[in-house]
Amino acid sequence: MARIGEIVTHKVLIVDDSKLARMAVVKALNALRPDWLRVEAGNADEALARINDQSPDIVLLDFNMPGKDGLLFAAELSRQYPQIAIAVISANRQVEVINRAEAVGATFLPKPLTEKALGDFLSAAVARQAAAAR
Amino acid sequence: MAVPTVLLSDLELDALTELVNLGVSNAASSLREMVREEVVLSVPKVTEVTREQAIANLTEREAKRLVAVHQDFEGDIRGRALLIFPEAKSMELVRAIVGSELAVEDIMELEQEALAETGNIMLNSCLATMANHFERSLRISLPEVIYGEGAEFFGPSSGAHADDRVLFMFINFAVRHRDVQGYIAMLLDLPSLATLKVLLGALIERTAGATIVAPPHDV
Repeated sequence: MARIGEIVTHKVLIVDDSKLARMAVVKALNALRPDWLRVEAGNADEALARINDQSPDIVLLDFNMPGKDGLLFAAELSRQYPQIAIAVISANRQVEVINRAEAVGATFLPKPLTEKALGDFLSAAVARQAAAAR
Repeated sequence: MAVPTVLLSDLELDALTELVNLGVSNAASSLREMVREEVVLSVPKVTEVTREQAIANLTEREAKRLVAVHQDFEGDIRGRALLIFPEAKSMELVRAIVGSELAVEDIMELEQEALAETGNIMLNSCLATMANHFERSLRISLPEVIYGEGAEFFGPSSGAHADDRVLFMFINFAVRHRDVQGYIAMLLDLPSLATLKVLLGALIERTAGATIVAPPHDV
């Protein structure tokens, strides 16, 4: 448990096949939580390797990626790593996509990602993880 | 003078692919409302090819007759955007939109309209997404439905010149059990492709913000 005055830092894994999209997320993260650690991956396989060697506590997933898509990967992650907070980011706002994200316990965030939407998700994730650690 | 074979860098193509991804994903959300079923998208792939290569790509994938919806655009960049499908699959798309219970002659009658509307949604969404991200405005013409073979779509009558480059964007979209496959292609002349490169560069710079630190000096 964190003592008063102790800095609790978080580690965010950004998974997107587009470098530009990762850059956009990094920019928003920099503005919101400049002290948090960031790790990047270009697909689900790379992301799994980063989860194993970097242990992030928050994962931001693109939906439409080559190989395993973000929703399939989110389902796997939430089974294997229930402590990780997951958001699926997509411009594909079809009700089926949003429902599937929610069904696997992920938060759906519309693309292009706004600082407000990302900030709300991060605050909720931190609060949930703090409550679970108590 | 030899024309460089590839004008866009990997990161510029990445940025363009992401814009197409955003545009098509938005369009899929609108198309879903029209067909009342989930529209499943493949990962878009954007390649920069010559006009001849684009024709070869198209005839390799689909030997049969094709249907295309095209819209012309002009502004800082000018060119033509096309949504292309095999003719047989275009009828499937029309059925998905207007309903399978309609008689064949009614479907035939609505075909042009349904195709034009689908093209309008998909192409406008891609072009508007690009324009917004580039912070530039584009004037977009009304959609027009054309029938023919690959060579005709990219031929001289399309306004393309021999040295024009084609951005060939391949994306598969399927309406649940209906196999509707589409390609998006964009024809640009060389001056427009050079401008596109500048606009993509500016977009990348804006997106990177302060995260990319320039090297202190050239090596």
